[in-house]
Amino acid sequence: MAEIKLENVAKTFGTFAAVKGVNLTVDHGSFFVILGPSGCGKTTTLRMTAGLELPTSGRILLDGEDVTALPASARDIAFVFQLFALYPHMNVRQNIGFPLRCQNFPRAEIRRSVEETARLLRIDHLLDRRVGGLSGGDRQRVALGRAIVRRPKAFLMDEPLGALDSEFRRLMCGELRELHDRIDATTVYITHDQLEAMAMADRIAIMNQGRVEQIGTPQEIYDRPGTMFVADFIGAPPMSFIDVHTSLRRGDRRIQIDGAAIEMPELFEDRAEGKFALGVRPENVSFADASPLRGRVIGAEYLGTTQIVTVVTAGGRVKARLPSSEAVRVGETVGLALRPDRLSLFDATSGQALHSSLYEGGGRG
Amino acid sequence: MAEVALVEVSKSFGAVEAVRGLSLSIADGEFVVLLGPTGAGKTTTLRLIAGLERPDRGNVVIQGRVVTDQVPAERDVAFVFQQYSLYPHLTVYDNLAFPLRSPARRMNEEVVRRRVQQVAELLHIEQKLGNRATALSGGEMQRVAIGRALVREPAVYLMDEPLSSLDAKLRAELRLELKRIQRELGTTILYVTHDQTEAMTMADRIGVMNDGALIQLGTAREIYERPNSAYVASRLGTPAINLIPAALLGGDTMPPEAQTVGLRTEHIRISSADQPGPLAQVHWVEHLGDQNHVHLKLATHSLVTLADPAQQLKAGDQVSLQFAEPLYFDQAGNRVGADGLRGHA
Repeated sequence: MAEIKLENVAKTFGTFAAVKGVNLTVDHGSFFVILGPSGCGKTTTLRMTAGLELPTSGRILLDGEDVTALPASARDIAFVFQLFALYPHMNVRQNIGFPLRCQNFPRAEIRRSVEETARLLRIDHLLDRRVGGLSGGDRQRVALGRAIVRRPKAFLMDEPLGALDSEFRRLMCGELRELHDRIDATTVYITHDQLEAMAMADRIAIMNQGRVEQIGTPQEIYDRPGTMFVADFIGAPPMSFIDVHTSLRRGDRRIQIDGAAIEMPELFEDRAEGKFALGVRPENVSFADASPLRGRVIGAEYLGTTQIVTVVTAGGRVKARLPSSEAVRVGETVGLALRPDRLSLFDATSGQALHSSLYEGGGRG
Repeated sequence: MAEVALVEVSKSFGAVEAVRGLSLSIADGEFVVLLGPTGAGKTTTLRLIAGLERPDRGNVVIQGRVVTDQVPAERDVAFVFQQYSLYPHLTVYDNLAFPLRSPARRMNEEVVRRRVQQVAELLHIEQKLGNRATALSGGEMQRVAIGRALVREPAVYLMDEPLSSLDAKLRAELRLELKRIQRELGTTILYVTHDQTEAMTMADRIGVMNDGALIQLGTAREIYERPNSAYVASRLGTPAINLIPAALLGGDTMPPEAQTVGLRTEHIRISSADQPGPLAQVHWVEHLGDQNHVHLKLATHSLVTLADPAQQLKAGDQVSLQFAEPLYFDQAGNRVGADGLRGHA
């Protein structure tokens, strides 16, 4: 167990600022996910935490101790890359025990640790098998075993499931989280896959262009996105934005869109006339014949239980998640009802969410 | 008329039968997706059509002509691979123009320019034509790779997981774009993926493959609502269909040969424990944002279903379950029951 703290950590490669002053705290024993698109700086952040890169500025603390200048080998942290890099000429036992043999642990202790680790991962029956003949899942477990056998203070994982089938990835998400709960180790996990993040994380940090956009629990980030970037990155399909040009007053509970008064959470800010974006998630949109907010259906994607219907309104495209049983005709004009208590309002220029009763109680990162 | 047809095609590599007696016919302008796990034979099927592999048995027919013995260059197909392979020293324009400038085509440069421009507009990369290919983002590179196939006008495009190396978000965007382009141009596409969302959202028809065989072919709705087997049923749907032993549920409406009951979210109703129906316990509620999954324990079995936002369930709750028109499967995993024979491949 360990607490990891990054204070104003920045990293520049030549003229390129990969990480621009990141602050975050990973609590003891928590599962922390850094989520973002490729090139957002998440891998560089993780590599600095591991000691594989030296920050240009800032401090990294491991359990309160400044480890910024310590090499990776002195940090008691295990780094897990895309899982699969096993030694093909060794059996499962030798693969898992490899890190301990490198550190010249006594034989008996290696044996005990390897067997304990294998039991934890439920692969103890495979210990004397060659890794070549194992299924993908078992290979993944062996790779995990090799990472956890040292019992480091923390695990850092760089898209470990990236190379897997979507279905299998989902399964491994469950296993990883379960394993985390059993060994109670601090884990920092990076991915660009929001479903992995939502399924496993205690807290998520969303990164964009070298900066942390928002930190929060999966539900906070989903329900109360702090920026349009976050709102757009999370959710499949993501939040829809309706353009509005208006002025806003503290206490407003309605916003005028194209002549329609749309109910929304009570606003806690005054804003001069300008461009705003009303954000709505697909599951909070439904068809309502009488609604003054009108649009034309341009497509419906069938997904089994539900369908995603895309409607073009005067303020932009809005996606609705509806039951597949609902009949939808492409080309027809429909009225849209938006669930009032779940609407976010953003400053369209800065991308920042406006403070409202929805955002009351934190979650703005 | 069928643009592409496979007639009883088989292909083995040593002892492994990669494709087994596969017949498939793709109509002009149709978007067909082959869906299956790694090793199902999807890629081999594409390579057989492209001429990159030669079948052991059976024939490949393109636009009415048997092409089984032709080399890839003689077949009127374009292949898009998973990893975009662009020429890094060339501009986007030259990358797109490359297939048209091959000596075999002798295309006039003015025609090339028009075609490249047209495709670049279609893919929304017309601003990038002067850029080096390496100066593009991943999504742009993959669009150029798709564009390089589109500048030609082959009888069929063969696409092997072209989106799988991209970010989830980009994948979702390109999915819609690819479908739009296919509709606008009326192109014929055979597309291979293990991603059910790609299959459901893009395909006119989905072919579900397993162990080298085509198990079922139909529209997304047919495959989802009337799967011919438990295998097919478990390929589509999030969360995945729950397969529960019939003996555990009982009930008199079940077909006698049913051994397994397939339950999707829309087949399950969760009520308070005093209602009739088998009792289950809420194990945990998984918050995935829009999709909140309820994990239930029914005796020794686990069930996962989508949470109804209006229903506040929490771990430990006792509930009763009612089932509406679930799917039934026999010992061998084949679908049985009311409309069990419809929707077969």
